[in-house]
Amino acid sequence: MSAEEKTPNKKPEKIGVYVCHCGSNIAGMVDVENVAKWAGEELAHKGVVIARDYKFMCSSLGQELIEKDIKEFGLDGVVVAACSPHLHEKTFRTATEKAGLNPYMCELVSIREQVSWVHTDKAAATEKSKAILSGGVHRVLFDEPLQEMKVPINPNTLVVGGGIAGIQAALEIANAGFHVYLVEREPSIGGHMAQFDKTFPTLDCSACILTPRMVEAGTHPNITLLTWSEVESVSGYVGNFNITIRKKARYVNEELCTGCAVCIEKCPKKIIDDVYEAGLGYRKVVYTPFAQAVPKYPVIDRENCTYFQKGTCKACEKFCPTDAIDFEQQDELFNVEVGNIILATGYDLFDARKVTNYGYGRLANVFNSLEFERLSNAAGPTNGNIVLRDGKTTPKTVGIIHCVGSRDRNFNNYCSTICCMQSLKFAHLVKERTGAEVYEFYIDMRTAAKAYDEFYQRVLEEGTLMVRGKVAEVTDAARQPHEEGKLIIQVEDTFAGKQRRIPVDMVILSNGMEPRSDAKETAKKFGISCSADSWFIEKHPKLDPVSTMTEGVMIAGCASGPKDIPTSVAQGAAAAARVLDKILQKEVALEPIRATVDEEKCSGCRICNNLCPFNAISFVDDLAVTRINPALCQGCGTCVAACPAGAISGTGFSNEQILAQIDGLLMVA
Amino acid sequence: MSEKFEPTIIGFTCNWCSYRAADLAGTARVKYPPNVRLVRLMCSGRMDPTFVMKALAGGADGVMITGCHPGECHYIDQNYKALRRFLLLRRTLAGLGIEAGRVKLVWASAAEGVHLAEEITKLVEEIRALGPLNWPKWDEQAEHQPEPALEVAA
Repeated sequence: MSAEEKTPNKKPEKIGVYVCHCGSNIAGMVDVENVAKWAGEELAHKGVVIARDYKFMCSSLGQELIEKDIKEFGLDGVVVAACSPHLHEKTFRTATEKAGLNPYMCELVSIREQVSWVHTDKAAATEKSKAILSGGVHRVLFDEPLQEMKVPINPNTLVVGGGIAGIQAALEIANAGFHVYLVEREPSIGGHMAQFDKTFPTLDCSACILTPRMVEAGTHPNITLLTWSEVESVSGYVGNFNITIRKKARYVNEELCTGCAVCIEKCPKKIIDDVYEAGLGYRKVVYTPFAQAVPKYPVIDRENCTYFQKGTCKACEKFCPTDAIDFEQQDELFNVEVGNIILATGYDLFDARKVTNYGYGRLANVFNSLEFERLSNAAGPTNGNIVLRDGKTTPKTVGIIHCVGSRDRNFNNYCSTICCMQSLKFAHLVKERTGAEVYEFYIDMRTAAKAYDEFYQRVLEEGTLMVRGKVAEVTDAARQPHEEGKLIIQVEDTFAGKQRRIPVDMVILSNGMEPRSDAKETAKKFGISCSADSWFIEKHPKLDPVSTMTEGVMIAGCASGPKDIPTSVAQGAAAAARVLDKILQKEVALEPIRATVDEEKCSGCRICNNLCPFNAISFVDDLAVTRINPALCQGCGTCVAACPAGAISGTGFSNEQILAQIDGLLMVA
Repeated sequence: MSEKFEPTIIGFTCNWCSYRAADLAGTARVKYPPNVRLVRLMCSGRMDPTFVMKALAGGADGVMITGCHPGECHYIDQNYKALRRFLLLRRTLAGLGIEAGRVKLVWASAAEGVHLAEEITKLVEEIRALGPLNWPKWDEQAEHQPEPALEVAA
């Protein structure tokens, strides 16, 4: 590359300035022609030899303009005033590099996100754009040509979460021939999908389509399945993560267990299953969450086990034909090394108890959506019979309430996206199984995906009664004789324009999705960001929905927001494609933003020595100087700011660059 | 002070949180006054107090230092180091006779575009109320310099 042959410390002398219109996004608020003209005249003494404005700098024509100028005018510095560097810095650096100039000799300053989109006074916005541009020009004078650091990529991948998104991601990568560690904190993979009976809009049996995938993931030679396990800590960076995993004690030796389930049969203690059966059924203390669990090894629930509580019992141990029960088993901590991580940690169901006026938890026959899924599941606690809480009465009228906890300022502002379709599916199942009269109470009917609206029409034709309005209250306080013994739904029917009281036998709350209660901690552990709601934030909501701002950490499924099954599966596959792309490149380029010590200037004071959280700084006793390991340095610059001798310099963000930028920013009053 | 005084403020932002918050404010078209000009750093820990001095000496009326919320630093805990430096810097500035309110530390996560815009709006009003930064004229009548009161602002 020609840039390498340049003397590194030679200041750029010929600078090109490019001001983008971004259609009318910038030009609508900033007088871009004026800004470019001003830069050409007022910044000429700083070396600006050409200043242009152009409709779309990021277009191929815009990029070619830069490339042409670099060659024609011999530019050795480029400043583009356009959108945020987080969007197009790479675009312009690539264009710069194509023309033979070191990509780090190009500065992108933001006059869209920071000016035209946030200000309303055209004159002030134009002046501010000049200041920002001037900051960039002053800064580029101190830019140095830098080389990206290449690090090899470890071809192994960590997938966190064994729901459908995680399974899909793991299978895609494993099928491509690379190793995957699939970590799931429950005893079995499968996630929420394993609890459902039917999936909308096709009414496929959920287990029938999911369990083959689970088995495939469980037996795949390239997948190490780690259930009943959690990620304890993460260190390293893209290509080279070191993960500590806690494998919780199962008290069952997986090497010896054949999954015969004799222990489960013989266990004398039953407890209510709050997780898989949503509190509607029982499970033994030694258990697998469901019959098709993958892996098939059971887990002993230590908190409820008679042996662990009272010291006697051991029925499971006595009857186990392979001596696989091991009460002495301990949690196991071990490390794996991976190059990439996919987080598919899913969602929590909104706790319907919070909406006190709907009576969930207080009124027996108010069910939440997961309870209904279990009720309607042929393998569920009622064998698929839809009955009231007494376990035998079939309801004659059923009310389904949409948007419970979603689209509600008191709880969550967002739409959980799946609840309309889920409610319609419930209506269909109730009709099919019981012939009951079904009411749906909705705010807006949102059925926007392939075959969704057709399903809505079908449910309408089946005779489900639709009431448009947000339910005010579910109560058992009857006012009329025909309301006696019923649950009364008080609602404003906004189509009829009146208040209605509708008595029903059963109420199903279509509660929405919430981020995992520990989503913030997870995000922190993996170094990614969360929205204010606690959903993981994508790198770009439209163009990069499965990447995060942290290189090497992808997200898939509901962890970044409510999604239906098809979207979760698509995201799992997309995240896998991203990972495969990295693996196949064999190495990854790291931004060359690093701190280095000038040993001549270092006085050996060691002030910086305790500042680095990545242990990149070490002290060389013999020479009494500090050194920085460039592979460990993450480029935060804290040590640079701390060095009293000015011996540490931070590439890309040097003191000279920043001080010059401040000068530039203040050039325009 | 004049009603028309438009302060100039330099804002230091962290690449991972507050700079992205500014991006988000833009994408969401949240409006705030145009008085703040941002400098991107990789981390608030990069904030050398010299930068603040430079900005104030170069004509800025105020400085905003922004970083990730405590406990959310992209570089684990460097924002705490920024906090310590900020507190020390405020004492130094007080010693130089500069009002504590001219330099402000704001935490803003990448999701808090609205929060950042509100903080900018607030700071602009606060600095407008303080008026232009008037450095003592060191070169004239040196012996009549007013002795600034050393007030521990932190």
